[in-house]
Amino acid sequence: MGRQLYEAIIDGILGGGVYALMAVGLTLIFGVLDIINIAQGILVVLAAYLSYVLSVHLHIDLFVGLLVTVPAMFLIGVTIQLLFMRPLRGRERVSMSLLASYAVAIILEGVLYTVFGPNTVQLNAWYVTKGVKILGGAEPYYLPYIYVFGFGLAIVLVAVIYYMLYRTKFGRSIRATMQDQTAARLIGIDVNRVAALTFGVGVAVTAAGGMVFGSLNAFNANSGYDLISRLLAIIVLGGLGSIGGALGAAVFMITVESVVDIWSPQYAVVVFYAALVLVLTIKPTGLFGKREARAQ
Amino acid sequence: MTALLRMAGICKAFGGVQALDGCGFEVERGSIAGLIGPNGSGKTTLFNVITGYERTDDGDVYLNDRKITSLPPDKVFALGIGRTFQLTRVFARLTVMENMIVAAHHKERAADRARLRNPFARAGGPATRRRAMELLEFTGIEKHAGALAETLSYGQRKLLELSYVLMAEPEIVLLDEPAGGVNPTLIGTITDRIRELNRQGTTFLIVEHNMDFVMGLCDQVTVLDYGNAVVTGPPEVIRSDRRVLDAYLGAAEGDDDASAA
Amino acid sequence: MSVLLRWARPGLIVALLAFGAVFPLVYTNPLTTTYAIDTLIFVGWVVAWNMFSGYSGYISLGHAVFFGSGAYTVGLLALHHNLKGGVTFALLPLGGLVGAAIAVPFGLVALRVRRHTFVVITIAVFFIFQLLAYNLAFTGGNGGVSTPFATWNPATYNNPYYYAAFLVAVGTILLSWLVRGSRFGLQLLAIRDDEDRARGLGVRAMRVKLTAFVLSAFVTGFVGGLWVLFIGQALPNSVFNPNYDLTVALMGFLGGFGTLWGPVLGGLIVEPVQQQITLHYTNGYTGLIVFGILFLLVILFLPRGLLPTGKEWLTRLQARWERRGQAAPGGGMAVPGTAVAAGGGDSTGSVAAAGTAERSGTPRAGGAR
Repeated sequence: MGRQLYEAIIDGILGGGVYALMAVGLTLIFGVLDIINIAQGILVVLAAYLSYVLSVHLHIDLFVGLLVTVPAMFLIGVTIQLLFMRPLRGRERVSMSLLASYAVAIILEGVLYTVFGPNTVQLNAWYVTKGVKILGGAEPYYLPYIYVFGFGLAIVLVAVIYYMLYRTKFGRSIRATMQDQTAARLIGIDVNRVAALTFGVGVAVTAAGGMVFGSLNAFNANSGYDLISRLLAIIVLGGLGSIGGALGAAVFMITVESVVDIWSPQYAVVVFYAALVLVLTIKPTGLFGKREARAQ
Repeated sequence: MTALLRMAGICKAFGGVQALDGCGFEVERGSIAGLIGPNGSGKTTLFNVITGYERTDDGDVYLNDRKITSLPPDKVFALGIGRTFQLTRVFARLTVMENMIVAAHHKERAADRARLRNPFARAGGPATRRRAMELLEFTGIEKHAGALAETLSYGQRKLLELSYVLMAEPEIVLLDEPAGGVNPTLIGTITDRIRELNRQGTTFLIVEHNMDFVMGLCDQVTVLDYGNAVVTGPPEVIRSDRRVLDAYLGAAEGDDDASAA
Repeated sequence: MSVLLRWARPGLIVALLAFGAVFPLVYTNPLTTTYAIDTLIFVGWVVAWNMFSGYSGYISLGHAVFFGSGAYTVGLLALHHNLKGGVTFALLPLGGLVGAAIAVPFGLVALRVRRHTFVVITIAVFFIFQLLAYNLAFTGGNGGVSTPFATWNPATYNNPYYYAAFLVAVGTILLSWLVRGSRFGLQLLAIRDDEDRARGLGVRAMRVKLTAFVLSAFVTGFVGGLWVLFIGQALPNSVFNPNYDLTVALMGFLGGFGTLWGPVLGGLIVEPVQQQITLHYTNGYTGLIVFGILFLLVILFLPRGLLPTGKEWLTRLQARWERRGQAAPGGGMAVPGTAVAAGGGDSTGSVAAAGTAERSGTPRAGGAR
């Protein structure tokens, strides 16, 4: 029993790291563009399929394949923003961006179904099946390497994002735009460019997330719903726009779900959402969210 | 004349910035009071504190000697303090008349308690509309009564905001930069209206940067500097007070232009 | 010209109502009436959804919670008490009440947050309910709930359902109209424009929002119940279907988000289109793609929706006609306000709006925007 708990916590923390990475992308997009990118879930699936194609058809290692998928997802993200979000104008612009992203998600889902069919697939590599021995005894527990590698990858990428945000000029532009778009414009920041590029970065992280997710789970085009609902819950719990909040919330919630899963697999996910509702009842802006300044 | 509105020892900090630092002064009933000071001296913050949009760290606000310090904006409004904003706030997608009706909420609810409440009661009874039209005629925008507020020009919106604040028959109206960004003719109109309302008994507290406007209109002017009420007095006195010049210009450079403004 | 316009709207409404009333008698093909019922149910749903989301500005993507709950309530009651035929219609208000009951705690939590977070909460709650539908014992799990079929004459089997759906749709439109003209509705609209300022003026924002939310939930639960009675079955992913929420949002935005008749128009257009897509693209996936593309097109090119855009065109046309009429005597002396119309149509629009507002006597000519 205690053993199961131990395993669940490890799974949760490491698995949460990957969700954290994807959530950071989502919350970054929100912070800069004020948009909730509903398509993030299906983009993770798309990235997973890309890794799948590279791995199965071109025999490229999953991690090496990231060199291709990360830039690819970045470009896809930028394209989506330029084509479907930048042209939006008017009072309901923010709501419509949300709906536009939902529409993009549906289109992608249909495309992925059409191309890959309804059957689930899963990414495979030596580190997915083989594991490092964590616990010994009569029933040794082998933690698949992918958990560790994936967590490591998540840490590296989050560090890269932090570095970008706090040490580069571009990162400064992003932070300025997050705080006050008008002021940023006034000091010469090309807010449109920042928006497009940030969206690209936010989507690019799904490449890594997708690869790890696809290794740990059998997936198909339908997996997007589950992903996006979790990611949304995570960033709201952590506080919209707060990167640290997204990290903490991801690890926390995935761990809690993992633990609850021991007793009740079906309701584990409900606990996930219930945690969200509970936190919001107490603190409507999320754990690390700022008090709302705008009227909308 | 008694003090209608009194502020004592108001302190308010935002992070490291002390916006209001023991600020206190009085506004006498029936007067038109001005509040001036350089940017960042805390004028709008003080308005926010009075009207309940911000909480004080210390100090109190009194209306007719009744403490209203921590009351939320709607209660402050119900007690008779109306307020306009620097960036005009009107309900853009409602018509001008509807903007007026929304502000009459309190009056209508009071009247409602007398009779049975119909959940789908039409918005704005005849009395409300009559009063709304009167006010709109007073401020001169009655022709736009059926127009969406967002179609109004900047100056017209300012007049609308003033009009709907008046719907509640406030004892005192706080105006945040009423002359800001407005053409001289309209400033004249606004000045006249304020004088007329004051004659009818409404007290005013006005934040402004336009010195001609303030000096020409106000009975009494208070100067804020670094969150403190530095001096209060009639315009002629304030105009040439050393401390005012220091507040605006920083060092001891007395400028002819400043005193003439 | 303006006389024509003045009678156009009421005339159109009467014509529509008359057409709807005799529809099943004219188009007796059960397939056609099935489509009509489906459409009318969605019209009821979107008008109810708009009555909350459109008027308050809080976009809900979780109304399927009420739809599904209403469906399951009615379905389970019909199943367990073996009710069929006409008596099942009496269950519909119960479906509505369940929806309304859920909306109270739901709204109390969800309406305290700002609009972005609100959308997410509605999505989260939706998934909770979908999961519960799959997992709770009494909901029948994957198999869902099947209701007993009415033993009616197959030729006119659809008709009672049609008229029920028709009455609900009309009733909901009426409700939306009443809300719009009421003080409560005005406050809701004020909240949409500037919630803080509205609060500062004494509007009880939570109370107003919650009331609209609950009303909207009642209707949605009601039509959910009607849906299950008609279709005969409720499955977790058929009534708790995330795409329904998206469809409803599309209807609202296509027709004119926040207007009175916009959502009706949106529903009348989108649902038949949806049906055609499902027919022609039997492979459900292509249907998804087509739907998504349509949605994007609407959002990108018709951002304000058909009704407001159409109104604007009409106003501009009217201004141009008037200007042409004035051109001869005055030369360059255009009627004040019409000259501006060429640019943005604002003053002329406002004069027209003022004209109609005064004439009809309500705070705003229903659906003017």
